[in-house]
Order: sequence, then C-alpha cells, then structure tokens
Amino acid sequence: MTTTALDLAAIKQQFPLLQREVNGAPLVYLDSANTSQKPSVVIDTMTAFLRNSYAPINRSAYQLASEATDAYEGARTKVQHFINARRVHEVVFTKNATEALNLVAHSWGRTNLREGDVVVLTHMEHHANIVPWHMLVAERGIVLRWVPLTADGQLDLTTLPQLLDGAKVFSFTAMSNVLGSITPVQQLCAAAHAAGALAIVDGCQYVPHNVTDVQAWGADFMAFSSHKMCGPSGVGVLYGREALLDAMPPFLGGGNMIADVRLDGFTTAELPAKFEAGTPPITEVVGLGAAVDFLTGLGMANIREHEIEIADYALRTLTERFGDDITLHGPTDTSVRGSTFSLAFRGIHPHDLSQVLDQKNVCVRAGHHCAKPLMRLLGVSATARASFYLYNDTDDVDTLADALDGASAIFGF
Amino acid sequence: MPGLEDLYREIILDHHRNPRNRGELPPPAPHAIGHNPLCGDEIEVYLQVENGRVVDIKVGGQGCSISQSSASMMSQAVKGKPIAEVQALVRRFKGMMSIPDADGNAIEPDPAVTLGDMEALQGVVKYPVRIKCAILGWNTLLEALEQV
Ligand SMILES: Cc1ncc(COP(=O)(O)O)c(C=O)c1O
Repeated sequence: MTTTALDLAAIKQQFPLLQREVNGAPLVYLDSANTSQKPSVVIDTMTAFLRNSYAPINRSAYQLASEATDAYEGARTKVQHFINARRVHEVVFTKNATEALNLVAHSWGRTNLREGDVVVLTHMEHHANIVPWHMLVAERGIVLRWVPLTADGQLDLTTLPQLLDGAKVFSFTAMSNVLGSITPVQQLCAAAHAAGALAIVDGCQYVPHNVTDVQAWGADFMAFSSHKMCGPSGVGVLYGREALLDAMPPFLGGGNMIADVRLDGFTTAELPAKFEAGTPPITEVVGLGAAVDFLTGLGMANIREHEIEIADYALRTLTERFGDDITLHGPTDTSVRGSTFSLAFRGIHPHDLSQVLDQKNVCVRAGHHCAKPLMRLLGVSATARASFYLYNDTDDVDTLADALDGASAIFGF
Repeated sequence: MPGLEDLYREIILDHHRNPRNRGELPPPAPHAIGHNPLCGDEIEVYLQVENGRVVDIKVGGQGCSISQSSASMMSQAVKGKPIAEVQALVRRFKGMMSIPDADGNAIEPDPAVTLGDMEALQGVVKYPVRIKCAILGWNTLLEALEQV
C-alpha cells in the first residue's frame, strides 16, 4: 500500500537493489537509519561521470579538468540550496558526518576551549557527537554536561537554562538515530545563543527526511552524511557559518588546502578549500549532488509527510497486533518523531530477533547503534531497530509484523 | 539459506532460558569482562582455581541466545577440569567455530577432546556474524585464566 504523499510503486522502481529477490521474495530493507539504498539516478550519474568526465579538480588547465571541477562545485551549490546555507563556501565536504564533527571539535575546539570550559550534549547523541568531546576532556580538561530525556524519549528541557549557563558549546542531534525523536532545533539554537554558546547540530538523521534550513535554525555548524540520503558513502558535509570557518585553523594539512607553502611555513587557502585537504571523493560528491536533485524532485516536505504516515501506521499496527509484548522506544506523537523505531519484543534478544527477521528478508539492525550512553539510560544493552525511508510502504510494516510473529514461534515466548 | 533450526537447537534454547553457573565469585577471584562491541553483549567470567584446576566458575552478563548459551555450556564443560584441559577445550571449540590459530592456520580437531552438547553450536558457523557471539564467553574465560 502506498501513502498519499509519494507514489511508492514508482519510487521503488528507481531503486535497483529493492528489485532484488532473495529466496524468491523481495527484500524489505528497514535499515535506512544506518545507510540508505541508492536510486538509479545516483548510480548512473556516478557511472557517467567516471566514464566521461572524471579528472582532477582545481589543479589543471585542460578542458576535462575544468568539467570535473564544475561537476564537483556544482554539487556544492546543490547542497547549499538543499540546506539553505547563505554562502556556497559554507559547505565543506568531508569523509562523513563523523569527520565533520571531529573537524569542529579539533579545529574550533582546540582553538577556543580551555580547561573547565563547558560543552553541553544530550543523552541521545551518537558516539560521533560524544567521543570527539571526550577527547577534549582528556586533552584539555573541558567539562561535559548532559541534557536528560523525558520518559517518552524527548529532550527534557526543564533544566536547559542551568545546563547552558556558562557553556561554550551546545552540540545536539536534530533527530535521534535510536528513538526517532526530532528535537526542537531552532529553539535549542536560540537557547545556546542566549547563553553565549555555539550551536552545533548533528543533522545525520534529520537532513535525509525533512526540509532543512540552517539559517532558520540559526545553527553555527551542522553535520550530515551523504550515504543516509540516497547518496554514496565516502562523503559528508560540514556546514559552518562563514565567520567561524574563516577564523578556524585548518584540520588536516596537505594539498588543496594551502595558498602557499615555503620552507618556513604555509598559508591556507580560502574557504572551503582550507578544510578540504588532499584529493576529495570527487565522484562521490558528484553522486551526492544527484541524490540532492533526486530528493528535491520528490520534495522534502512530501518525504516527511510520507514518513509520518508510515510512522503512524507502524505505531498502530505493531501495538494493535502485539500490545504489551512490544515496546517501541521513543515518542508516540508523530509530529515529534521520524520513522525510526527501536523495539523490544517478547524478551527476545535483538540479535536473535534480527536473525529471525532476516529469514523473512526483513533487514533490521540489532545493536547499540553507536549510542551506548542512551542504551544505558534505556536499561538495555541493545535494541532491534526498524527504520523506514521514502521507499518503504505500509506493506513493509505488515511484513515486519508477520515476521515478528514468526520469531515468537521459535523462541516459544 | 540454511534453516534456523540449525542455529536455534533445543539444547541452545534450553541453556539460554536456564543458564548454568550464573552468578559471581567475590574478589580476589580471577575475573574478566568481555564485550562484543558490535552488539553490546557482555559476559563476565569468575574463576576459582585450586592446584591448577578450575574448581568453580560463575558467569554473568547479558546478551543474545547464542552468546549466553555458549557461555553457559562452556561453564559446565570447564568446571572441575585442569587448566591444560580447559585450554585444549577452548582450542577445540575455536576450531569448530572456524577460527584459525594465532598463526592463521586452521585448527585441526583434537580427537582427545570431546565437545559433547557444545556440538550443537556447530550451526553457528553458517552465520558468520554470530561466531563472535558464540566465542565471547570463551575469550573472556581465557582472559580470566591469564589472571590466575
Ligand atoms: C545521529 C548520527 N550522528 C552521526 C552519525 C555518523 O555518521 P557517519 O557514520 O556517516 O559518519 C550517524 C550515523 O550512524 C548518526 O545516526
């Protein structure tokens, strides 16, 4: 069954991998919060680029190289519009979101944070937005504070002013990769700024699913990965406000990021090259550009609407069928959640559950989802996570539910 | 694809539901904690060793049916055995799991060592990601033995 917002039959057709059958049945891919599948247009764009236009960027006078440079820089402009950045050079290509967050912690953090300085994080961060700060705790003696969660897995903002009091940084996710909770990003950025802190947004789980506007948010930095939004792996994005990026020292040193190198030192290139040391993932950036066009073509507002319908259907179906036997972590209000569900089912360990679901071609992730502090808070060592995207329909929810039923049979619970 | 019956044998589910030798031993009992970083599973092993023999063993922690049942069977199998026999058993079990020795060579089954019920875990080999689950308790046992 399709939803009202998107034509699912037409969309599924565009994802070759979703046409694949395993043991005579189609795959039900419910692990897009981990990484998404790729539409033909992304695959074809990358292939065509490799066949016809591949060349170094920024370095050579010949026609082919300028074509490749145009394709690479064209993707940057697409990303700029996609997240509504003010200037195109506020978009820095990195390896992934993890590298983007490390870039901020390393470059901005080491320049601006001293012993005792406070960085505020939340209890639902991915390790990528925790460990770089822990590294500064070890190296600099900065202090971390943590925004707690409500019982239904949203940020508990009652103590936010106290937590932000005197803080230098507030770094938080726009959507939890475990709970699916969407945070009030604009409000959090404003609260950070009111306290004199920088607002850093981990947009990994948000950008692929919603309309993103970094200017409306008031974000100082924002990180996301191409591979979760129908683009290839190997490329991520750091958005940073121009004034901040300008004032920061480079992260990695080498080719492309310099204006001049002498025996006694170097000067850095202008933005964004300053933060793009070495040969970048050229083909992947071009692929990301195609993914942005693909998503824009569908309409991010439509994708969000589709996922609200899927989330609603999943919440209804799973609770109607399994009642108290299933725990769905995170909010039940679809206005503050995406379509990512961590679940506990009849005492069956997530690893076992995902193994049994795999038997029905249902791909879900079992594990701690790189959010161990949150796992501890939930009192579990792992969860099974089903995450839906623009190519999943309500039939996929039903298949998941049927497969869950089958799991009970094996474990006899 | 192989059937799940091969993986979830009744004896495995039994050890999963009723794990043997659950608990802890007080310090200074040799003790190790093993983690499976992929899935967050955790196993604790406590030993009591007297005259080169494992006279008691307790297992704690939490995890999937494979990691828990494997650790439970392991505890039953090593209890009362001399350390040298325990080490031979670990080697035999790792061999069954297709894990090579330190030099990267396949471990040939030692006919002197019998696995008994633990043969039921053989089916795990067909599911490579689960080998880490099955082996977690055994590696933790080795770590605890290092403290003896
Ligand atoms: C919320 C969140 N932040 C950061 C990351 C890290 O992304 P990547 O592994 O692409 O660097 C992820 C991906 O798992 C995520 O879900």
